[in-house]
Amino acid sequence: MLSANPNAISLKINGHTYDLNILPWVSLLDALRDGLNLTGTKKGCDHGQCGACTIICDGKRILSCLTLATMKNGSEITTIEGIAENGRLHPLQQAFIEHDAFQCGYCTPGQVCSAIGMISEGKANSRAEVKELMSGNLCRCGASTNIIDAIMEVKDGGSHE
Amino acid sequence: MNNFNYTKAVAVEDAIEKIKANTGAQPIAGGTNIIDLWKYNLTSFNELIDINNIKDHAGIYELDNGGLRLDALVTNADTAYHPLVEERYPLLSKAILAGASAQIRNMATNGGNLLQRTRCYYFYDAATPCNKRAPGSGCSALYGYNRIMAILGTSEHCIAVFPSDMCVALAALDAVVNISGPGGDHAIAFADFHRLPGDTPHQDNNLPPAGIITSIDLPANGFAKNYSYLKIRDRSSYAFALVSVATGLDMDGDIIKEARLALGGVAHKPWRVKAAEDFLRGKTASKENFEAAALIILQGATAFEYNGFKIELAKRTIVRNCMMALHPESQLPGAQPSN
Repeated sequence: MLSANPNAISLKINGHTYDLNILPWVSLLDALRDGLNLTGTKKGCDHGQCGACTIICDGKRILSCLTLATMKNGSEITTIEGIAENGRLHPLQQAFIEHDAFQCGYCTPGQVCSAIGMISEGKANSRAEVKELMSGNLCRCGASTNIIDAIMEVKDGGSHE
Repeated sequence: MNNFNYTKAVAVEDAIEKIKANTGAQPIAGGTNIIDLWKYNLTSFNELIDINNIKDHAGIYELDNGGLRLDALVTNADTAYHPLVEERYPLLSKAILAGASAQIRNMATNGGNLLQRTRCYYFYDAATPCNKRAPGSGCSALYGYNRIMAILGTSEHCIAVFPSDMCVALAALDAVVNISGPGGDHAIAFADFHRLPGDTPHQDNNLPPAGIITSIDLPANGFAKNYSYLKIRDRSSYAFALVSVATGLDMDGDIIKEARLALGGVAHKPWRVKAAEDFLRGKTASKENFEAAALIILQGATAFEYNGFKIELAKRTIVRNCMMALHPESQLPGAQPSN
């Protein structure tokens, strides 16, 4: 019966499989927040300009606001709710706390998901490259310097530059 | 935002048939531009055709002539970081990485990069006249706030610029766009793919109706030894170019054997002037010669009220980037000016 429904999709989110009935024009961001109550992923601009909605889809960081949920049928998605393991913060989450890498916190879920994606891409070898490859995530509180500090600590296992 | 049906194409022929069958259909690949425009009510469609499942156009292959084929459905990130692109076409790699953000490059495809629309403020503001959005309604940028607009190839109907970085490098490299359509397959030289606004600014390019870009071919010479991409913008990353320059040089000692120069941010298409490249052939790679080439490229440049600075900026960016191309290791992340 499910297969006969053109709006039926299945997404594996943070290790759980969700069968959804979703209209084709619903963004992945709205599906996460409004459909599944996973409100950790934030809606900033909703136009791909701020990075607050960054999630990891099939191993790659993407913008959930510019993604239609139906186009990701069968994908594996990690949101900020799936970053910590067994109640222990991910090293990046811990580093954000230690480096005072947020004020209002609205951009933080996107920053953390983006940084995890960036580290797994393996293309950022210097502080300048980390800054460049994190430029899709805006922080209007001005914590960017501390955000880069936090990422550098985790990326290099503690050493800077 | 309007409602629409969602369908999938499994092959190029299938996609062409579906587009031909419904004038209200819109193909989608990465979707980074089309979804944005749709959310702003700047485009509408009754059917979205997902072409991401066309698996035979999602690779990068070496060609018999020594060139490289970039399939249309490969993402910008996978193209920029592909070992053969990094090694043989580093100019293209640098240009791609100067555009958008890492997240968008993970989503956006090569075909979509060529087809993206302008970021003119007035095109994006449905409350204002725009000949590109609503033909015949007028150009709000002509006498509006036109700081980011074109200085070359403009018309009284449109002064918008084409925003791609990738395409500036593809123009410099003499790429070829491979297209499939209802009339069969054909290839278009990169310089002939995008259009100047003229009196049809609503047509950005020469993709035929119901046509699909299947791949982009790069010729054998990637100018991998002496190259540079320099992008000048209002913030140091994640912004569109005010002026950008792609330079490729073939050198014999201090003498230029062949030069390629293409500009972004200054016109309705990547801007390349062969006369400037002819001028540089056989000349010494000096600041003075690059300045003379810049003046040839900028011949006929016309400023509007707020973008006069772009003419001098373009000249300096050309010279600076050509000097950087002599020392490609001087390039910095984000295509910023070297120290």
